[in-house]
Formats: sequence, C-alpha cells, structure tokens
Amino acid sequence: MSEFFAMGGYGFYVWSSMGMVLFLMLLEPIVLKIQHRSLLKNIQRQKRRQASKH
Amino acid sequence: MAINWFKYSSPSSFYPLAGKMIPVFMTLAIVLIMGGLYWGFFETPDVLSDQKQYYRIIYVHVASAWMAMWLYVVMVAWAVLGLIFNTRMSYMMASATAITGAIMTALSLWTGAFWGQTSWGTWWDWDPRMTSQLILLFLYIGYIALQSAIEDNRRSDRASAVLAMVGLAIVPVIYYSINCPDPNECASLHQESSLKRVESNILIAMLVVTAGFWMYCFAVILMRVRNIILLRESHTQWVERLEVKK
Repeated sequence: MSEFFAMGGYGFYVWSSMGMVLFLMLLEPIVLKIQHRSLLKNIQRQKRRQASKH
Repeated sequence: MAINWFKYSSPSSFYPLAGKMIPVFMTLAIVLIMGGLYWGFFETPDVLSDQKQYYRIIYVHVASAWMAMWLYVVMVAWAVLGLIFNTRMSYMMASATAITGAIMTALSLWTGAFWGQTSWGTWWDWDPRMTSQLILLFLYIGYIALQSAIEDNRRSDRASAVLAMVGLAIVPVIYYSINCPDPNECASLHQESSLKRVESNILIAMLVVTAGFWMYCFAVILMRVRNIILLRESHTQWVERLEVKK
C-alpha cells in the first residue's frame, strides 16, 4: 500500500496534482449547493416581507 | 420525437429540467472518473516510453486541458446564440460556463507544472503551449470580470459575448502550438499530442476520465445556471413559488 502511494518516488508530484483536482472538483459543487440554498431562502424571506406589508 | 427546443429557452421551464439532469450527470461523472482512475492506476504499466510513474498525472492533466479548450468553444457558442436570437437563457449558459472553464484551465496549468518539474526539471517555461494556455485563463478571467463590472444584465451579456468571440482566436493557437505542421517553425518543450504512441490501457483510462470530466462540467454548469436564473428572475412569480428543500 505504501508502495502505491510512493509512486516510485514521485508520490509528491502525482498526489499534489490529483489532490488539487479532487479539492477544486469537490469545492465547486459544494459552493454552488450552498449558494443555491441561500438564494432560495432569500427569495422566501422577501416573499414574507412583501406579504406582511400588505 | 419532436422536442420543442424553444420551450426550454425560457428560464421557468429550463430550471426544473436542469434540476432533473444534475444528479444524472453527477452520478455518471463520479462513476467514469473513479473507474477511469482505477484503471489508470492499477491496470497500467509503471512506465510510459521514457517516463516513470509520474506520467500518471496524464489522466487529469489531459482531461482538464481538453475541457479548458472545449468549454471556451461551448461558452462562445452560447454567447453567439444569445447575440443572434437574443435569448436570455443562452447568455446565462455562457456565463455559467466561464467559471468552470477557468477552473479547468487552472487545473491544467497546476497539474502541468507538477508534471513539468518531474519530466523537464522546470515548473514553468514560456513555451508556446503553456503561454497560450495561460492567456486562455486570462481570457476566462477577463470575461468573468467584464460581466461582473457592468450591472445591467443585458449590457453585460452582450459586451462579454463580444469579448468571448474575439478571444476565440486563442483556441487554434493553443491547438497548433504543439501540433504545428513543420517542426522547424515551432520549437516547443511540450510533447506533441500523439495518441497513437500511448499504450492502449493508458489511453482508455485517459479517455474515460475525460468523459467523466465532461459529465462533471455539465453537472456544475447546470447547477450554476440554476443559481443565475434565481438571481436574475427573483422578481417573477414562478420563482417566488419555489420551496426550500430540506
């Protein structure tokens, strides 16, 4: 197993590449999901504010 | 089966459709990328011609570099559709594509740097391929910046669409920077993209990962376009009727 992660001595280069890809490709959908939630909540809040005015 | 494509050019009918497609594309992305990488790490030899195990960066490097270039063309196609038909949805798709394209370009430069350090002994060189890829990143950033600088959506959509079209000139430069017909005319450090010389197991893994990257890009672009729709259409009744899912 440790032999696999060593990548013949090039582990640092291989895993730095793979790690950054994994990081950004997880971060992007998570950020979009959070943004989506907060957008929907804002719209609901606005609707309630409008309703209470009338 | 006749599909009325113009029906989906309205945000209110595209929004739920996109919502249904996202999990499909995301699942396909995970399966293809994991499967491709498994194949690429465990079913392949430890050397690729003169390269040792660090060649395995190829799977994500090539996939992200291809996506960076293709997404730019996709973005320009949406922008042009917007300019011709003046459809809001096309502009929203163009702007949703830009950030994912920029991320893919950044990933190709990052993974390329680590690969370059091992195989050429340098993180960066002003070689034609790398330089043109860097310019592509700046084009994406310029598009995003221009769009956020103009508050009126209709104006920012059109201005950034024109910028994107002008920037299309970089795509053939990137392509020919390593595939030039006469090797005497361009001396590049970057390897030629010669798929024929790559061992078939490595090639299969690379293509499967690339297909997975396509699916991933579809999924996140649809996620982003849904957010853009909510932002721009927040005053409409159909958006107000949407519920917050727990």
